[in-house]
Amino acid sequence: MFEKIWARHVVAEGPGGHVLLYIDRHLLHEGAAAAFGRLARSERRVRRPDLSFATADHYLLTSPGSPTSDAETRGMVEALGRHTADQRILYFGVGDPRRGIVHVIGPEQGLTLPGVTLVCGDSHTATHGAFGALAFGIGSSEVEHVLATQTLWQKKPATMRISVDGRLGPGVNAKDVILAIIARIGAGGGVRHAIEYAGSTIRAMSMDERMTVCNMSIEAGARAGMIAPDETTYAYIEGRPLAPSGPAWPRALAEWQALPSDPGAVFDREVHLAASEIAPTVTWGTSPQDALPITARVPDPASVADPGRRESMARALAYMGLDPGTPLSDVMVNRVFIGSCTNSRLDDLRAAARVAKGRRAVVPAWIVPGSGLIKRAAEAEGLDRIFREAGFEWREAGCSMCVGMNGETAAAGERVASTSNRNFEGRQGQGARTHLMSPAMAAAAAVTGKLTDVRTLGG
Amino acid sequence: MEPFTRLTAVGLPIDLPNVDTDRVIPARFLRKDRSVPEYSRFLFHDVRFNADGSERPEFILNQAPYRGARIVVAAENFGCGSSREAAVWALAANGFRSVIAPSLGDIFHQNCFKNGLLPVILPAETAAGLRRRLHDRPGATLTVDLATQTVTAPDGAEHRFEVDAFGKEMLLTGRDEIGLTLGFEATIAEFEARHAREMAWAVPPRAGT
Repeated sequence: MFEKIWARHVVAEGPGGHVLLYIDRHLLHEGAAAAFGRLARSERRVRRPDLSFATADHYLLTSPGSPTSDAETRGMVEALGRHTADQRILYFGVGDPRRGIVHVIGPEQGLTLPGVTLVCGDSHTATHGAFGALAFGIGSSEVEHVLATQTLWQKKPATMRISVDGRLGPGVNAKDVILAIIARIGAGGGVRHAIEYAGSTIRAMSMDERMTVCNMSIEAGARAGMIAPDETTYAYIEGRPLAPSGPAWPRALAEWQALPSDPGAVFDREVHLAASEIAPTVTWGTSPQDALPITARVPDPASVADPGRRESMARALAYMGLDPGTPLSDVMVNRVFIGSCTNSRLDDLRAAARVAKGRRAVVPAWIVPGSGLIKRAAEAEGLDRIFREAGFEWREAGCSMCVGMNGETAAAGERVASTSNRNFEGRQGQGARTHLMSPAMAAAAAVTGKLTDVRTLGG
Repeated sequence: MEPFTRLTAVGLPIDLPNVDTDRVIPARFLRKDRSVPEYSRFLFHDVRFNADGSERPEFILNQAPYRGARIVVAAENFGCGSSREAAVWALAANGFRSVIAPSLGDIFHQNCFKNGLLPVILPAETAAGLRRRLHDRPGATLTVDLATQTVTAPDGAEHRFEVDAFGKEMLLTGRDEIGLTLGFEATIAEFEARHAREMAWAVPPRAGT
């Protein structure tokens, strides 16, 4: 599948196996300000504004009205509005119900399609690979390059297939699958690879769940992660505002059906996991690879032979304020964050609501929907009422506490049960401690005040 | 872009694996323009400085022999995580021109090439050996030569490395990559016209703004 999409987008060959790759979709957020600025100073224009799409997500607060915290962040949002207006790029700004997290709105609007190349100046762009798109994150210079030329110089990565087979147990979902994968191959395991996720477990997932899996490919080191399109994919796309329609739909469908890897396709690396071995998972350290089943204990650096690994584990535990041997389910939390481009879609909110229903949050717990439209859809189902009655805060769409750049952060020493994608030191605020987990597990932590095996709550 | 040819400079050993770009430059500084005078202080800010702005003496970059370092010698997966090019900008603002490691985060790796920094991938044992020598003799220098694709260790040992031919060419010449690509305009336009016919379904309808 990767090879088919790649071959279809090669504009020219360069030295050393580099090719000039055509880009079908370019998604933008406030972070593109520097690239727009350089483009303007070079007196260059956006080559294909009709293939560029922008939304404000990183720098807005998620309190009512989606304000900004200060003049600097307000400046970032205003600059995006100005640049996109100048260049006639479709922009979902404050007040537009279509506004939301860039990796949520691409699929939601029908921009994300099988077989296309899609880039964004954000490392979680692999999210769109869930549709069988070749999607990857780029830096600011590459953003400028795509704006100016609609192409990128790229070297073909190696390929890796990760197959997950079997039925997931109760309380186990897509987030647990990807955390288990990252723990298996390591935070650098996918460097210079494009991953294809396959197997019956992945096939059985909804699009929302597949996006959760592909989203965290970068946490395993891979710039791109993808899943072959199938009936689930087509059903999701059909009827979306910017998706192919009318006579274009059957033509698109015919092409998409030819995309999946051929049965004899060879990958540079193959990894297999059994769904039955995956439990509800939480992270204990400061790298996404530091993940264990909730039934485990905080690991002991003394038991590790490699001195480098031992030292980095000890450092992580010191930052996290955890003692080796402590049962993970004894770890108390101060706050809960349910949101981010990893877990802010309707399926995620439903899973959290099932746990929250009829219970009561004992620590501050935020629900941040991925887009204005998801917020509306959730409200139409009454999810907001369930959350509010359970003492959760129901907020506006945005990146919020995942990125630590908009003013929504945890305090130093605070421990957060979070559905986001990174538990790096300082990611959710200077000195803040992050435990990554699924929406159901985060909701369970909210109602008990500690890391909790959602399976023990019943109902 | 400033070309990269050959550099002899003090090496800064960083032993921690998986150093993420949030650590290299915390997210709250991404709103800052690169031209602000304090930009160089954002590099490794939260592990380099105390809350009152004073230096943490235990952080390696604050130790006298390493102050003029221009080459990072790192461990596995340095620069992983966020795509923020500011991680490279902050290194450049402190004079760094090359990062040597067993592996680098893919996006960080690309971002280096775009800013005149040479990324060098060496086997894990070789990189670990270099870091050991730099710890043994703080302030020791390395030489990185792009044309010959060699790193010369403080003890004189030479290590050959592979580098993408495209990136090498761009670094040696310091060429403007967008300018280069715009030279392909006719080829891009021809491809684009054919692509729009063959994948007409992929051209989104123009939505109201």
